[in-house]
Amino acid sequence: MAPTSGLPDAEATLAALAERMRCAVAIDAKLVGIYSGGAWLADRLAELLSGEHPVGYIDVSFYRDDYATKGLRAKVETTALPFDIGGARIVLVDDVLYTGRSVRAAINELFDYGRPESIELAVLIDRGGRELPIEATYVGARVAVARDLSVVLNRQPDARLELSVEPAGSAPRD
Amino acid sequence: MTNPQLNERGELTHLLTLEGLPEEVIRRILDTAVPFVSIAERDVKKVPLLRGKAVFNLFFESSTRTRTTFEIAAKRLSADVINLNIGVSSTSKGETLLDTIDNLVAMNADMFVVRHAQSGAPHLIAQHLSRTDRRHIHVINAGDGRHAHPTQGLLDLFTIRHYKKDFRGLTVAIVGDLLHSRVARSLIHGLTTLGTPEVRAIGPQTLLPAALESLGVRVFHDMASGVRGADVVVMLRLQSERMKGSLLPSAGEFFKHYGLTAEKLALAKPDAIVMHPGPMNRGVEIESAVADGEHSVILPQVTFGIAVRMAVMSILAGTS
Repeated sequence: MAPTSGLPDAEATLAALAERMRCAVAIDAKLVGIYSGGAWLADRLAELLSGEHPVGYIDVSFYRDDYATKGLRAKVETTALPFDIGGARIVLVDDVLYTGRSVRAAINELFDYGRPESIELAVLIDRGGRELPIEATYVGARVAVARDLSVVLNRQPDARLELSVEPAGSAPRD
Repeated sequence: MTNPQLNERGELTHLLTLEGLPEEVIRRILDTAVPFVSIAERDVKKVPLLRGKAVFNLFFESSTRTRTTFEIAAKRLSADVINLNIGVSSTSKGETLLDTIDNLVAMNADMFVVRHAQSGAPHLIAQHLSRTDRRHIHVINAGDGRHAHPTQGLLDLFTIRHYKKDFRGLTVAIVGDLLHSRVARSLIHGLTTLGTPEVRAIGPQTLLPAALESLGVRVFHDMASGVRGADVVVMLRLQSERMKGSLLPSAGEFFKHYGLTAEKLALAKPDAIVMHPGPMNRGVEIESAVADGEHSVILPQVTFGIAVRMAVMSILAGTS
């Protein structure tokens, strides 16, 4: 495991994010995690928040704006939303908010399932660098990271979450 | 030898045949088709991947199911679809195949889905496009002569994997007219590449091609021994319109020996699935009780066919 220099501890940041969301999230809100990091976080937030918040998962590969230049991703998961999107209060969950392009794709995909009452955004890490007018409703931590690095959320075999930085190469800038 | 389906980086750029296609390419198509299945269950049955692209369905030979499922697949990817039934237009006025292609390229085609009675016609188009440096245009073989029908082979593989999870340990029996069947040929190549230990061909000598054993297939002329213990039974259509001369005494005689009945199916594994590429001849190669019975996955094959074609199109269109 490479040293995660300068990055906050993922578990502590998740606890802080849940604390911020606990009183603010609508009682009937439904969580939608963006694969793969956001899906792990949505599962954990459903346990940490008070009340019952059903969880869905979304893979935005069919809605990405870099398809024309990069093609289809090698591995695409199945979007699974086990509730009606029409009229629902949705909290999108993602690991790292950067350019805002994944969130744009996720919002577009959600609207192909119905017209939600509202969509909020919860992210573990906001690293700035937006290329679209998108902001998170709930943020675990804000960090500054050089543009040639990616912030990656990993899940250990014991389900613990960890943050690391990797050279930004083929990984998409989310 | 270079594979004309792959670009210099080994990525799929045309789909012409399953023969020689690397295992990881086949597995990627099957994996990518999984998330496309659920799009049919949504409010908006469309994703924007091929928005603004023009897909030309070029059918030089008649087909309803294949052409329709390709059309639905392209439309669910938001492409514009143009259907050309060329058997009754340009070629009857004397235009060559490649002139037809050049004209459609001049109309800004991005992808050709080609069915042709001549084996190799889709290859010829792909070579022509690459020779004239128009590599951004993709070709999908939708069935050429007796040669190949790769998307049908892929949807058969997808269906088998859906119900049986894994190809290792499977016995797959293909029954009937393998001689005229591009479907059987593509399926055999796919099954072998994915490591299926036992692929069987069952039929009369006159309807089995000579080279089957060299493809790793066990040949049976007796239906009962061929079906015994099978996990998957694939019935082929008796292609009477392709038969010249007397390969068979009669359709009734064929059904007696090689038609799938409930009694013969009882020899297969208790959880065996029955497949058929369609269109079926009820009472010729399969009895209605089996076609509509609990082992039959013939209609799911059609549904999966759309998802598999969406996967192929979206992988190709994303390859430069």
